[in-house]
Amino acid sequence: MFVIKCPYCGERDQTEFSCHGEAHIARPDNPAEVSDEEWGEYLFFRNNPKGIHFERWTHDHGCRRWFNVMRDTVSDKIIRTYRMGDQKPGVQDV
Amino acid sequence: MKYSFYNLVRNSFSYHENWEKAWSSPELKPEYDVIIVGGGGHGLGTAYYLAKEFGVKNIAVLEKGWIGGGNTGRNTTIIRSNYLWDESAALYNHAVNLWEGLSSELNFNVMFSQRGLFHLAHSVHDMQEITRRGYSNYLNGIDAEILNQEQVAKKIPHMNMHGRYPVLGALLQRRAGTARHDAVAWGYARAAENLGVDIIQNCEVKGIDISNGKVVGLQTTKGSVKVDKVGLVPAGHSSVLADMAGFTLPINSVPLQALVSEPIKPILDCVIMSNSVHVYVSQSDKGELVVGAGSDAYNSYSQRGSFDMIEHMMAPLVELFPIFSRLKMLRSWGGIVDVTPDRSPIIGKTPVKDLFINCGWGTGGFKATPGSAHVFAETVAKGEPNDIAAPFSLDRHYSGALVDEAAAAAVAH
Repeated sequence: MFVIKCPYCGERDQTEFSCHGEAHIARPDNPAEVSDEEWGEYLFFRNNPKGIHFERWTHDHGCRRWFNVMRDTVSDKIIRTYRMGDQKPGVQDV
Repeated sequence: MKYSFYNLVRNSFSYHENWEKAWSSPELKPEYDVIIVGGGGHGLGTAYYLAKEFGVKNIAVLEKGWIGGGNTGRNTTIIRSNYLWDESAALYNHAVNLWEGLSSELNFNVMFSQRGLFHLAHSVHDMQEITRRGYSNYLNGIDAEILNQEQVAKKIPHMNMHGRYPVLGALLQRRAGTARHDAVAWGYARAAENLGVDIIQNCEVKGIDISNGKVVGLQTTKGSVKVDKVGLVPAGHSSVLADMAGFTLPINSVPLQALVSEPIKPILDCVIMSNSVHVYVSQSDKGELVVGAGSDAYNSYSQRGSFDMIEHMMAPLVELFPIFSRLKMLRSWGGIVDVTPDRSPIIGKTPVKDLFINCGWGTGGFKATPGSAHVFAETVAKGEPNDIAAPFSLDRHYSGALVDEAAAAAVAH
């Protein structure tokens, strides 16, 4: 890691950023109707792969904008960074 | 062979060359009643209590590396039980009670040293937090003393009380302290093997065989094995093992680092912990300062933390102890810790029958080793958690009954 490419500002030092967990988690459309199990899964249960991980970062000490990162959790190597709303890259895109 | 003064003298006549091995390297048998996956302190301890207190005969512990080579050997060895909530207090104090008799129980000196732990307060809010927690500790029968600035200054004379974040007071637990982490793994391994437990090192679990919703066997790098019950006791790979069994966990695996300094003469006779400026430090019996702080915020299995975290550890240390500013740091290392949303562990049943899990100890599992192992052994043996373990079930993430120690007690466990 060490250097992260912000999709808005370009390459910056890692200390300018902070990580906020798994990306692409959709809040259930109908919270009042989902079961406790489904709500618990949404709130707490996370993919925690040894390998490719998709996660949310913010550029705290820069543009302060949120973006997504595709990263290998074994080598800590960043494979791709992309803007919020962009399509999740497939593993075949690597 | 019992470790005793008599045997020490007797072996001195043969130049200490005839001590038997503390544990052997048996072959993996085709079938076991219980297999514990993970040969750290918690796993070896579970096997020991299963054999000793619950009469299970045919047990194996599978460890992918060497015993105690994971987080048991990578922590800062702090032991305490001054947690806020009743559920945590019961669990961690059960551990401290067992720590106090552990060396004689295992016939292995784990060097448990109850040197006392000072949890520093740097603001009015911190003072309120330690006062609340101190009173909660009193009610749970845990020793706690709330000290003011003057009392702290007298106890730790070389600490800078008036830095940028002045020390206003501290919560002292005298029964808290440190232990030698390797010795905990070795002691449990030796004691477990004496009770007939097979300790299989360099044996990584690659798959979990499930039939009709019940665990029936394991695929390992040393072949497949049939089994009646399995206890998963990983440190940093809970999600990987859960994935093999087809369920997910409310866990993120993150790096946590620690450092030791060059050895110096005795200067710090207690454990210092500060959550506000965030550092914890004690002095080992070899004279090194053992320093730790927070974990990185991103998921990783690399056993390597980011460099700026080291600066985040050193800055508050030097602020609190300017006297340490010219010390050289000898080593730093990282471990992978499995963090749950409420910073409390997960102990109990899984969606798979006869597959039990003890994980999610986050940044503070070492202190709980004997207690965790003891309650988990009972869970595996009886199929149901006991009163101490029950609040830490996986189901709490559905019911909402979290044991929220992250917000309530401390960030550094």
